[in-house]
Formats: sequence, C-alpha cells, structure tokens
Amino acid sequence: MELRTRHLLDRSFSAVGLLSIAAMALSLLVLILPIAVRGARAFAFRGTAEWRRMQLELFGRGDADAVRAEQRRAAAAKQPVVDAWAAFERELEGRPDAERRRLQAAARSLRPALAELLGPLPGEAEPALPRNRYGQTRWDRALVKWQAVKFRTEWDYSDPAAGGKKVLVPRARDFRGTALEPAFDHLERHLAEILRPRWTFYGRFLTDVAKDAHFFGGIGPEVLGTLYLTLGAMLFAVPIGVLSAIYLVEYAGENMVISGLRTFISTLAGVPSIVFGLFGLAFFLNTLRVSPSKSVLAGSLTLALLILPTVIRASEEALLAVPRTYKEAALALGSGRWATIVKVILPAALPGILTGIVISMGRAAGETAPIIFTAAVSVGLPLTPAQTLTEPTPALPWNIYNLCTEHEAVDEIRHVQYGMVFTLVALVLLLNLAAIGFRARIARNLRG
Amino acid sequence: MTTTPATDTAADRARDTVPTARPAHFAAAPAGPAAPGGDAHVEAEGFSIFYRATEAVKGVSLRIPRHRVTAIIGPSGCGKSTLLRAVNRMNDLIPGCRTKGALRLDREDVYDPRVDVVALRRRVGMVFQKPNPFPKSIFDNVAYGPRLHAGGGRREMSDVVERSLRKAALWDEVKDRLEQNALGLSGGQQQRLCLARALAVEPEVLLMDEPTSALDPKATARIEDLIDELRSTYTILIVTHNMQQAARVSDLTAFLYEGVLIEFGVTNRLFTKPEKKQTEDYITGRFG
Repeated sequence: MELRTRHLLDRSFSAVGLLSIAAMALSLLVLILPIAVRGARAFAFRGTAEWRRMQLELFGRGDADAVRAEQRRAAAAKQPVVDAWAAFERELEGRPDAERRRLQAAARSLRPALAELLGPLPGEAEPALPRNRYGQTRWDRALVKWQAVKFRTEWDYSDPAAGGKKVLVPRARDFRGTALEPAFDHLERHLAEILRPRWTFYGRFLTDVAKDAHFFGGIGPEVLGTLYLTLGAMLFAVPIGVLSAIYLVEYAGENMVISGLRTFISTLAGVPSIVFGLFGLAFFLNTLRVSPSKSVLAGSLTLALLILPTVIRASEEALLAVPRTYKEAALALGSGRWATIVKVILPAALPGILTGIVISMGRAAGETAPIIFTAAVSVGLPLTPAQTLTEPTPALPWNIYNLCTEHEAVDEIRHVQYGMVFTLVALVLLLNLAAIGFRARIARNLRG
Repeated sequence: MTTTPATDTAADRARDTVPTARPAHFAAAPAGPAAPGGDAHVEAEGFSIFYRATEAVKGVSLRIPRHRVTAIIGPSGCGKSTLLRAVNRMNDLIPGCRTKGALRLDREDVYDPRVDVVALRRRVGMVFQKPNPFPKSIFDNVAYGPRLHAGGGRREMSDVVERSLRKAALWDEVKDRLEQNALGLSGGQQQRLCLARALAVEPEVLLMDEPTSALDPKATARIEDLIDELRSTYTILIVTHNMQQAARVSDLTAFLYEGVLIEFGVTNRLFTKPEKKQTEDYITGRFG
C-alpha cells in the first residue's frame, strides 16, 4: 500500500473514532442536562406562603410566628377577593332567574380553580386531603393555576374539518358587571403579594417522607429503599460471584461441564429483567417463602441473580488478566493455592473486579422489572434494617414509573418525578465516581 | 577458562585466589554424564519429562553436589528450563505434564505422591527469567514467604527482611524506602529483590532460570557476584543461554541437547577440553 493511502486511512480511522466519542459525549449531555435542570427544581424553587404554612403544619418546620405573620399579610392581600365573592353571592339574589343560573354555573366552575390557587376560601370546612388544604405551594405551579382561574377553556366545533378547537375565554367576561369582576384584576396585580414567592432550597426532599401521595414532602423512603435493595443485592451477588469466578479461573479445568456452565452464565446475562422479576416472585416468595409478603430481602435476592453473571464475568476477566508470573512467584515461594489466590492474585485483580461490581451496582439500583413483583410498593415509610427482611419498600425506579403513569394527578407532581430521576441518576453517578476513585487508588498502589 | 581480563568477574577472582574452596575430588572426578561423586544434593536418575506426548527431557541422569553452582546450558528448546522447573515441581502448573524416572532431593523422590509440594518449594527457591516482584511494597515482597510459614512479629520480620536484602546486596539501596512499591525499582534491583524474596524462605537449593537475560551488563555482573557469594551456603542451579556466564559463575556445567544430557562435568574442563563433539560444536558457536 502506498504511504499516502496508509496515512489517509490512519487519519480517517482516528477521525471516525473522535467523531463517535464526540457523539457519545453529546448524547450524554442531551440526556443529563434536562434531567439535571428539571430535577434541580425539586430542590430549588420559588416557594409560596402556602409552602411555608404546609411545612409548618405537616412537618413542624419553620418559625411559627413568622409563618402566622406572613399568613396575616397574605390574608390581607387576599381580602378584596374574599369580599368580592361575598358581595357577588349577595347580589346574586337580586338577579333575574336566567342570569342567576348562568352566574351560579360560572361560579361553580371558578370556585375549585380559585381554591386550588389560593387554598380554601374562609368559611369553608377544612378539606380532608392535605392537597386540598393548601393553595399552590410552588410559584411556577401557581402561575399555571392562575391561568386556569383567569380563563376557562371552550371547544369550538364550528369548523368540522378542523375538529374541536381550544378557545380560552376570560372568566372576567362571564362575571362582567358583577361584584366579582374586579377580583380578577386584583388577582392579576396582587398575586405575588398573596402567595409571596421566595427562593427556597428544599434539601430535605431527599429524606422527607411523602405526604398525600407525593403531593407534598420528599422521596426519603424511595432513596432508602433503593439503597437497601442495591446493597442487599451486592451482599448476595459479590461473594457468590467472586468466589465462582475464582473457582472457574483457578480450580476448574477445561471440560464439557465447565464450558457448558460458562455458556449458561453468559446466557443468563441476556435474560430480560422482567423474567427475573417473575422468577423471583415464583421462587423466592411463592416457593421458598423468604418473607410473608413482597420484601426488600426477596427483591435483593432477585436483583442479585440478575447481576450475578456480570459480576462473575468481570471477575473472571480480571483474574485472568493477572500476570502468570505473580502466581509462579508465589507458588515458588512455597505458597499454597489458597494463599496465592488471597494474597497475590485477588489483590492484583481487585481493580478489575471492582469495575464489574460497580457496573452491576448501577444496574441493580436502576432496575425496575425485577422489583415490581418482589419488593416495590408505591407508598411507604422508611424501613429499619430489621424490617427489610419482611417489608416491601418504595424504590426510586419503580416509583418513577408509578408516579409518571399511575398517579391520579401526574401533571401536578412533575417536579417530584424529575427529582426522583435526577436523584437516581446522581446516585448511580456517585457510586461510579466513588468506585473510579477507589479503583484508581488501588491501581496506583499496584503500579508503584 | 576462556575468560579475558575484560570479563574477569569477582567469581573468577574468588576461585583463582582461593583454590581450596574446591574439594579435591572435583578435579579427580570423571567427566561426563556419570557426574562427579560426593554428596549429591539433587540427583536425577533416568529422569524424563513429557508434555502430553512430547518428551522434553529424555532419561537424564546426573548428581548435583551440595553447595556448588551448577550451570545447565544448551540451545533454546533443549529442555534445560523444563529440567530446572522439575526440581521444585513448577511443571505441575502445566496441564498434561508428567515425569518418568527419579528426581531426588536429599535422596527423597521429589515426585513421590506423598511429597508436600508446598514444603518442597520452601526448600527449593527459585528466581525467574524476568524479574517478577509482587505489586506490593519492597518489605512485603521479601516478607511474603516468611509470613506464610511462620507468624512472627513485625520486629522479627524486619530482621528477616534486612538479612535477606543484605544477602541480595540490595539493603543499602532500598533501606530508606522499604514501604515503596517494588515495581518502582530498576530491572536489576527487581531481580535482586526476587533473589532476596527467595532467600527469605531460607531454602537449601536455589534455582535460577536465566536470571540475567532481561538485565543490562552491569546488573548482570552484580547478580553474578551475588551467585559467587551465595555458593558457600546454597546449592545453586542456573540455566543460562550465555556460555561466558556459565564459565564465569559455575563449578559444574551440564550440556543438554534436544532433551538429552550430552555432557556433565567440571566447568573448567568442559569448556576447555570437552569430551563430546556436540559439546565442542556448541561451545565454539558452531550451532545453537
């Protein structure tokens, strides 16, 4: 081959390599950035006066006097609206029947929207659910809800070709000429005085329990559950996996049974995770009855099975990569087989084994399917270590799915969903970083 | 001896100035595979080694005397390393390797099924072709063997490590950095560390498989000096490619060709007046 052709080939190869790395970095950025930005909103946002009242009443946090003082100021700012409503109800009596009925209907649709924005109006009975007891606690949500107060939606079917068309009708027009009409103007201008948004950092999102199906509170039980499940899976998978790898590399000869076993292990790594989930249910819960109901224990065992092939494979590779000369040197010094493995081969293989363990850890933390039937519930309190043997737990991957699909008000709790996703990604990233650091330190010690 | 003043080493000087270091029966001993008599430390009798169907070492008989340096020379693939590795049964690691005949250490058959291989390897130390220190500290490298066999406190261990490093003439170079990783040492230092590591177990026999083939001439000279110093306390078997080295360091030399022991005798004699034509051809560089 000509020199110029060779150079051209070399250059195009490195260009393709560089390009693919750049593409990977970009897609990672595209993935991570929105998650980080939206997830951060679970932690840092503009909390309203309602947020502070909720924190005081549901979690006992904050300065009670300050919150009461703020509530008084908010109530004062809200008073014109309350007065307008009362005046409106009084003047309804004097209206002609047809108009009164129209106004009553309009008020019936306005009132829940208003209550969602500002909380129950004075004189109403205390609602049973916490979600109805407070106005919007987050300013971004409050602005959305304000739009629902300001406008009602109508569907325009006049053009049959286009189907229904959404039309926003200002409610102020519905109430034109009544005592309620100025209230819209007042809200428009004084909403910030009523809700009093203030930048809030909510670090306890990570540790708080959820109140009223994640309408309020944090994701503490989910984070704890994920940690339990991940650590539990490691507890079972790492010793079994590493010992199996040692057996396969150092003790097992090359025969049909062993090569068959290796094939099985590789196949196991490719089995869909939902199959592991069903197997876990059938085997650990229904057959072995490791716990009376779904439990962290059963989930950990199932996850351990799922990651076992990865752990074995990675450990095997790492053990095989240890220079033969180390083994020879140790044996020549009169070291027994086991001493050679424990004192020489295993330490030298540790960085590689750790990498495998970390990859598996990330997988165990993020898997949803295996825990659906064996460990996960939608709502729960943080478990004590002893309870993990018998109790199910909420866990991040399952609750992300659950809150995004099966929650009664999916749209209201987007910040919780993103917060969970962000936390899960950060958790896995953190685990990886810790292991990379750990691995680097060991590798440095080995290199000298 | 075919040494020139330029390659004159301490080993040669020592032998020249202290002729009494060699017992009289060496000079009197008949040359050839029958081997010099006296107190044989390692003895092979009709000893063969097979790799599956291939016979790598063919019916070798020789008696290696105690506290002497015996060199095994021969062209590549002649089975010299295989023979060496039989003495501490390192060949056990190779699947399909089996032996025939007898190989004895102090009159005990090394391949007797009752032999504790771990105990055998404690008596027969080994230094490999390429320096292979563990990726641990210098101290831990030397202490590896002693720690396996005796518990011993840190204090005792320090003594063992110092003694071994001194024997390997490495102490002065590393005494201030015993806790540093052994892989940070130079190649020559690493090989001396491996020697110290082997000596720390206090073996009787020391096997050296081309111990200087990966080293530069200066480091090689140091190792050769060390072999000379160790000859009074250890039975040393050294496999080498380098005939000058064999001539410099050994008392006895065995010439192996295609698995067969062609000639075995006092080094001086073998190199100056070889009995067999093949030996002469090899040492004069006509093949190999």
